[in-house]
Amino acid sequence: MTEVADALASARAAADRLVKAKRLNACLTPAKELRKSLLAQAAAAHPSGVLYGMPVAVKDNICTLEYVTSCGSRILEGYRSPYEATAVNKLKAAGALIAGKTNCDEFGMGSSTEHSAFGRTLHPFDKTRVPGGSSGGSAALVAAGAVPAALGSETGGSVRQPASLCGVVGIKPTYGRVSRYGLVAFGSSLDQIGVLGRSVHDAARVLSVISGRDPKDATCEDRDSLRLPNVPESLQGFVIGIPKEYFPPDLDPAVRRACDRAIRLLRELGAAVRDVALPHTQYAVPTYYIIAPAEASSNLARYDGVRYGPRFDGSEDVRALYRTTRGEGFGAEVRRRVLVGTYVLSSGYYDAYYRKAQQMRALIAQDFRNVFDRGVDLLFTPTTPTPAFKAGEKIDDPVAMYLSDIFTVTANLAGLPAISVPIGRVKGLPIGGQLVGQAFLDDEMLEAAYALERAVPAGEEA
Amino acid sequence: MANRWETVIGLETHVQLRTVSKMFCGCSAAFGAPPNTNVCPVCLGLPGALPVPNELALKLAVRAALGLGCTVHPRSLFARKNYFYPDLPKGYQISQFEQPLATAGSLSYLSPDQGIATATIVRLHVEEDAGKSLHDRFPKQTAIDLNRCGVPLIEIVTGPDFRSPHEARAYLLTLKQVLEYAAISECDMEKGSLRVDANVSVRRAGETALGTKTEVKNINSFAFVEKALTVERDRQIAVLEAGGTVAQQTMLYDSKTNSVRPQRSKEESHDYRYFPDPDLPPLMLSEEFVAEQQTQLPELPAKKRERFVEKYGLSVTDAAVLTAERAVADYYETVVHAGSGADAKLAANWVMTEVLADAKDHGERLRVQPGALAGLISLVRGGTLSHQAAKRVFSEMAEHGGEPRNVAEALGLTQVADTGVVAGWVSEVLGAHPTEVERYRKGETKLLQFFVGQVMKVSRGKADPKLAQRVLEERARSLGDLK
Repeated sequence: MTEVADALASARAAADRLVKAKRLNACLTPAKELRKSLLAQAAAAHPSGVLYGMPVAVKDNICTLEYVTSCGSRILEGYRSPYEATAVNKLKAAGALIAGKTNCDEFGMGSSTEHSAFGRTLHPFDKTRVPGGSSGGSAALVAAGAVPAALGSETGGSVRQPASLCGVVGIKPTYGRVSRYGLVAFGSSLDQIGVLGRSVHDAARVLSVISGRDPKDATCEDRDSLRLPNVPESLQGFVIGIPKEYFPPDLDPAVRRACDRAIRLLRELGAAVRDVALPHTQYAVPTYYIIAPAEASSNLARYDGVRYGPRFDGSEDVRALYRTTRGEGFGAEVRRRVLVGTYVLSSGYYDAYYRKAQQMRALIAQDFRNVFDRGVDLLFTPTTPTPAFKAGEKIDDPVAMYLSDIFTVTANLAGLPAISVPIGRVKGLPIGGQLVGQAFLDDEMLEAAYALERAVPAGEEA
Repeated sequence: MANRWETVIGLETHVQLRTVSKMFCGCSAAFGAPPNTNVCPVCLGLPGALPVPNELALKLAVRAALGLGCTVHPRSLFARKNYFYPDLPKGYQISQFEQPLATAGSLSYLSPDQGIATATIVRLHVEEDAGKSLHDRFPKQTAIDLNRCGVPLIEIVTGPDFRSPHEARAYLLTLKQVLEYAAISECDMEKGSLRVDANVSVRRAGETALGTKTEVKNINSFAFVEKALTVERDRQIAVLEAGGTVAQQTMLYDSKTNSVRPQRSKEESHDYRYFPDPDLPPLMLSEEFVAEQQTQLPELPAKKRERFVEKYGLSVTDAAVLTAERAVADYYETVVHAGSGADAKLAANWVMTEVLADAKDHGERLRVQPGALAGLISLVRGGTLSHQAAKRVFSEMAEHGGEPRNVAEALGLTQVADTGVVAGWVSEVLGAHPTEVERYRKGETKLLQFFVGQVMKVSRGKADPKLAQRVLEERARSLGDLK
């Protein structure tokens, strides 16, 4: 009885906090529906679950039975999924409470949460700035203290980048560690559900629950769920590589200072730090912006107004129906990427773009293997080149927006686990440092992240 | 005019694999359910749903490839074929493009023009079916049924190997036979479990370069294969003879008018933007897996036909009839073996006549148990039943079952081999036909057969005809005449 009372109390408190955070426009679920659902879930939750009573917000592009799943898009406005994502199902089975759907860039396409059909999300510490994206709503809610953890999703850094900008922890697991079943696809070969949390521990606990095999996803590895590592006494024995390509001469000096301090702390914790090279890094962003749009152009073909979602007028024939529904239902950034993706897959251009990008992707992945084969366990880099930028600053300059993912897209292209941990403040705004691990050694990466998190004065100006 | 032109045809055949569930989800693949009832998030293409390959479908596809002598590739790729259509809920079809499951096979078939011929199988790949658009169900509206969406198919592509429409048809029938044998598909064109598109071109006799081809679609019954191809062949020849050129386009066959019309250009000219499906890892097939499928492959019709000729001493024609369907061939062999060396030729005659005729009238069911037929045949051979009587017993067993001896006795058909009884019937016959007796006495000995026939008639088929003949001959010998 007390357990249920605890869960109900937790649900009530979470609902109160989420309502308080309403000004951020981070949660898309109406307050009344949210409160009602949280209480119902708390009453039904299994007290034996490892996340019993823990509220977890979920990005709007992950299917839930509880709320609308609109992917931040007009084209799925009001869409209720008849099934739920495997990750959500596992959370509920572990006793967690699904605490609303979080705002995001439409279908995950963006780095500021400004490309949402439902308005931008405000940075929790400075409303003139963006929280990053595309999982900006999840990052903002965690940073505002409304929930201890939230699910996000990554295609090119959409968990780590907003985590860095909002001063929270963001984990992107190894590709295949978490089932994608129920994650609305953007770039299927890059997409992975990730977790944002107040601390490494909160995020890792949630990740551990949602990870593991799923017969519904052929790209999900047949492995047990992630083992939660202990907080290590030291990092003795760890070799941490510092790839020089991630520290260009024009890197923001304050970001560099924060990274230098973090590297010093890693060394003091006992890790051996070594300079390494990932020579194909410069091609990562262009490679990403061929592969991700190509897959998106195909993944988003199903939104045609025929079977679900709003149907915009165009009833004279089916082509007109497609044109108006897709023309009006998708925002500008989504249309841009669908067009780019359609172009690079077209006959006559496939070899020049898509095939070449796949070859480059293989070289980028090989860069990482080369470094890991030479005894390096983990890499450390800045997560983002700058702290949170101003709303509207990059909205009309897609390339500038794309470059905010410059340090994160490589882990998606190579399928590697990566985590962003707050490492200090730059002019009062949080900034994250990134650890990139080896495939399926997510636990080793988490171990180092625990140590770094404990050592680094994240609230202090670098 | 036609013989100044050579026809060149290649076929692309889509075959539904005989699985319980669909290619990438657990929904039933059964035909005929109420519209949109065999569906789930995966085959509806709902946001976030993902495909997982059906292992049985892959097994059947590999068996088909092996049965057609293809090289099965240890690594093949699923690809997305992108196009917009209301009955294609994902906006793409999962198929294979670069790196298909199997390539380089062949199928020999009996060409009506040139005897045994060989068609090359260029490739065989796995894919999922689309849904069905019904344009005539509701006025001015299109209805969509997604039950068929995601049903597993293989596509089998031949080279441009056929030189006439009836040759193409002969290949298709052989292909169907092989796929039915190996229980890979039901190959029912009317239910859409076998569909064929044809590439057709013509060229002047003696030329080696191929003419411009068209693709003929919408051939939805075996009966129309030859007709559709002939119509298109004749159309192309007429165009060329009039000094025109054949346009490369898709032609739709209309069976009601027996004509073809070009598909509207809006419906075609797709750039399918094929690319490897990122939701499905490369399909890796181990040597063991492929070898296992080889062991699951039954003896195929050509092999079986040769064996029947050799082992049972049948003619090639009879062997072909008996092996046309696996169920019939298996039935025949069971009859032969059940009869502990029952006459294989006699059994063949029974199966080809009585059994197949009965099956034809009763939904292709083989109604008489093979053991019962074997027993019936041995009753005939042992003289217990005449052939005529055995046919009646067969019909009775087909309708109501039962053991042949019991059925024969119940019908009162067991042959009478009692000389006294037969002699009585002989006397009765001779007494009733004084004129014929007179003619016989004058040397018309061939009338003996007439008397045997009359004895059979009088005995209502029960008299042992050999015994009747012997009694008649004895009567003639001992008395000098028949009086």
